[in-house]
Amino acid sequence: MHIIDSAKRLIKYSWLLQVLVERDLKIRYRRSFLGYLWSVLNPLMMMIILTIVFSNMFRFDIPQYPVYLLAGQLIFGFFAESTSMAMSSILGGAALIKKVYLPKYIFPLSRVLSSFTSMLLSMIALFIVIMATDVSFSVTLMLLPWILFQVLIFCIGVGLLLSVLVVFFRDVQYLYSIFLTAFNYLTPIFYPESLLPEWLRELLIFNPLYNYIKFFRKIAVYGEWPTLPEHLTCLAFTFGMLIVGLYVFKRKQNEFILYI
Amino acid sequence: MEKTIVVDNVSMRFNLATERVDSLKDLIIKKLKFQSVSFEEFWALRDISFTVDKGESCALIGANGSGKSTMLKIISGILAPTKGHVEVNGSIAPLIELGAGFDYELTGRENIFLNGAILGYSKKLMLEKYDEIVDFSELREFIDVPVKNYSSGMVARLGFSIATMVKPDILVVDEILAVGDQAFQYKCHKRLEDMMNGGTTVLLVSHSAPDIKRICQKAVWIDRSNLRFVGSVDDALQLYND
Repeated sequence: MHIIDSAKRLIKYSWLLQVLVERDLKIRYRRSFLGYLWSVLNPLMMMIILTIVFSNMFRFDIPQYPVYLLAGQLIFGFFAESTSMAMSSILGGAALIKKVYLPKYIFPLSRVLSSFTSMLLSMIALFIVIMATDVSFSVTLMLLPWILFQVLIFCIGVGLLLSVLVVFFRDVQYLYSIFLTAFNYLTPIFYPESLLPEWLRELLIFNPLYNYIKFFRKIAVYGEWPTLPEHLTCLAFTFGMLIVGLYVFKRKQNEFILYI
Repeated sequence: MEKTIVVDNVSMRFNLATERVDSLKDLIIKKLKFQSVSFEEFWALRDISFTVDKGESCALIGANGSGKSTMLKIISGILAPTKGHVEVNGSIAPLIELGAGFDYELTGRENIFLNGAILGYSKKLMLEKYDEIVDFSELREFIDVPVKNYSSGMVARLGFSIATMVKPDILVVDEILAVGDQAFQYKCHKRLEDMMNGGTTVLLVSHSAPDIKRICQKAVWIDRSNLRFVGSVDDALQLYND
């Protein structure tokens, strides 16, 4: 009964979801001359700069460094952007939440989805770099939609959780930006895993983004199939986070209005 | 007689904001001092019961802070009452406060669809009603201009046009009838009358006696969280003004 009601409501409001996602995308590049092209150019330029910096100054010896770097950057960039946007979504929608009945999860959800759409555009940059370098397209790329879907679900979970926390404790916004910086350096995005001390390397498995990025690099850069444990670890993070996010959100959503 | 709204023994309790814990620091300090993080209670509504018949329009009157808007929010499903329950038969549309549902970066056209979606209407319906909305608001030449460049009167016109274009069973109006200039206000009142003749229940919060008399048959007087009177508009206004 409950599930049927929720499903009906989701259908009724799916258009709103679509409108909100379109709005975010429109506003993002409104009045910029190159518009959506920035979603491709931005990661491409960042990659070029970082490649110059790290392969000349620090001499990391990573095969296919540009693609290695871009893969990590795209996933981490999406995570950082979507969860930060989702975090402030309930507060940003306060005026509406106070006036109209709406399913409240629509605010964090639409934010993550719009960020996901622009990340998909950025994927074009990855394909450009793959073609420009001597990385070959491999059949393992068929797992690409699967891993991107998992990252999406994971980010929805984190976004739901953060959007609740920040309603009750505004400090979370500031803590989270510090956390993201630390998290960025703790994840092997622009450096090789081998650079980390032994004990830290063993802890990497508990970093969800590391698992996704490793999976992503395997299929996109090195043309290898992920092992079964790798599949299971990613799945556990994906659905574990979604369940935690949904549970907290559902329990607390009726109290939002008293705090926003 | 079919009831559109049944409010049954509704009470609403708020925790006063004075003791609200808004940051982690506050919470930690409170915990360290062994203070309980409890709040002072405030009853915004106590045991309110009334019904509104189908096609009847009802005004909520009372001084500022007496609980009228809280009652509206409970009826609209935005707040869940602490006790009692509310039954609403039919679709309910709020007349959203000046542009709360607007994104000021978007154009008038885009906002019409955004607002329609927020009110829960389908895309098909909005496409059908689009021209009607634009015509009623008299903003056709500005429809592709971002709303941030609109005057407040123009924003209000657009909002009113969208909210009243699709005929809901219940229209919730919270003190915003003073929309636009004289001519547009006249149109607004006419539109409300048409809707009411078509069977829409208007739920009005207002301090303007002429508006209340013109629109409503029934009035509910809430005084400092308690129900003081339910009955005909004339009786209620007379009691209220004494």
